[in-house]
Amino acid sequence: MKEALMGIYTLWLRDVIRFLRDKPRIVSSAAQPLLWLFVLGLGLSTAFVRGGSSQYLRFIYPGIISMSVLFTSIFSAVSIIWDREFGFLKEVLVAPIPRWSVAVGRALGGSTVAVMQGTIILLVAPLIGVKFGLVQLFFAFIIMFMIAFSMTSFGILIATRMRTHEGFQVVVNFLLLPMFFLSGAMFPTGKGLPVWMQVLVRIDPLSYGVDALRQTLVGLKVFPIWLDLGIVFCFGTVALALGVWYFERTE
Amino acid sequence: MRELKKSYNDIAAVKGVSFTIDRGEIFGFLGPNGAGKTTTISMLCTLLIPTGGRATVNGFDVVKNKLAVRKSIGLVFQDPSLDERLTALENLIFHAMIYGIGKADRDRRIPDVLELVELSGRQNDLVKTFSGGMKRRLEIARGLLHRPKVLFLDEPTLGLDPQTRYHIWEYVQQLIEDEGLTIFLTTHYMDEAENCDRIAIIDDGELIAMNTPEELKESIGGEVVLIVAEDNRKASLEIKDKFNIAVQEVNGELSLKVANGSHFMPELIKALETTVISISLRKPTLEDVFLDLTGRRIRDEKVEGMDQARVRMRARRGRTR
Repeated sequence: MKEALMGIYTLWLRDVIRFLRDKPRIVSSAAQPLLWLFVLGLGLSTAFVRGGSSQYLRFIYPGIISMSVLFTSIFSAVSIIWDREFGFLKEVLVAPIPRWSVAVGRALGGSTVAVMQGTIILLVAPLIGVKFGLVQLFFAFIIMFMIAFSMTSFGILIATRMRTHEGFQVVVNFLLLPMFFLSGAMFPTGKGLPVWMQVLVRIDPLSYGVDALRQTLVGLKVFPIWLDLGIVFCFGTVALALGVWYFERTE
Repeated sequence: MRELKKSYNDIAAVKGVSFTIDRGEIFGFLGPNGAGKTTTISMLCTLLIPTGGRATVNGFDVVKNKLAVRKSIGLVFQDPSLDERLTALENLIFHAMIYGIGKADRDRRIPDVLELVELSGRQNDLVKTFSGGMKRRLEIARGLLHRPKVLFLDEPTLGLDPQTRYHIWEYVQQLIEDEGLTIFLTTHYMDEAENCDRIAIIDDGELIAMNTPEELKESIGGEVVLIVAEDNRKASLEIKDKFNIAVQEVNGELSLKVANGSHFMPELIKALETTVISISLRKPTLEDVFLDLTGRRIRDEKVEGMDQARVRMRARRGRTR
């Protein structure tokens, strides 16, 4: 057990050090969500005259935070594939630590990095007129971490099933973008949508994460909070368990 | 290890290999690429699960007691396995952490191994700025950090320049003196194999010979005469006919083993009707041993090309990262 904890801690630390060192990556991964928020968000808000522009920005703000968390999570989880290609994975696999601790360490490391990236977006709240107290901030962190953890675990699951990085673009196009679009990050997922889309929205685990964050930060909701958190938690746990299961069987 | 086997979808990569290595020995695994060297090492290091047979390392079973085996071994892989975005020191610290070395011990040990591989001055540099030789040295330092009982070196000098290769061998010799460890290495460089106490020659997943380099060479008997004739085929038939000696043709040269080469050569030239273009004599090498056992050379042109491709790929990877 001592070995497992040390393994988890070491792999977590590695992710955090690598993240903090790579300043260009921090800036560029923060740039994209900010672009969505301020350029696309402001642009689209002129189309929705009814609510007024600040209303639309407030609406997508939690969605953009989730987007930032989602992408950072999946990208850091998929870096397992890079570790495989560059050989570092071997060093970890022959170390006297259980395999599952490697997967858990990476899941926690990736989540931490994703939360840090999400925090950058959280910092621009005053610019779009979103105000919240310390309690809300505290819950926002917990929810961000839950989204990050479940998405990193999901990413690890994908990574264990992929042999090369070439398949990664496929994952982005067929999984990440649809997950993001259907999550209700950019538009309300209520009655106006066609039925097939409403169904997909309910299948998308990220919808519940976005909803939880939106309830906490701007007070708009679709689902009850317990359902949101329950689904995010269950999805993450199942994904991690499956990821560990496959990872244990890697040769 | 006994009758160790590994198959991939019914294709046997290692077909029942058995041997024992003594403590403090340098044991060399010699064979062409694809012979099953890396597969065998991977099984001994618990990276691959054998499909048959059993093996113990430092007294621990490689299937039942993986973690204990992993603690007793140090590994230097054929391909680099460092985290290039971390510094040399960070790579070592992480290694120490996952091998359960306490901080006090770690702080004493890391400067030692860095000094051993002459990288003390570069410890705070990112590994991606290192040359191939430096990376390999850092990997050796890392492999030794947790005081393993057995050090596995999988093609430790592949793609390195001769000077670096020589240096790495110096370290290895010194390590055996200083740390008293056992070394298991794979190679397809003959001169490297010469440095081993014992060599196992592996080809096509099977162990075909195992002995000291001296005895392996002596087993051939006598000396090797190399001939290039105007018509190699005709010459070869003639030699077989007149002297009753087996002749092997490799890369346009005829090679034959004789008891006393300096007496044999004049006789041969006199007897042959085919014109001889060149003739030379040498002591048998391990290459001859391999040729004698398999009828092939360990490294032919194709293999050489593959090595280069691999080295190029490494260089490319280093850049894209």
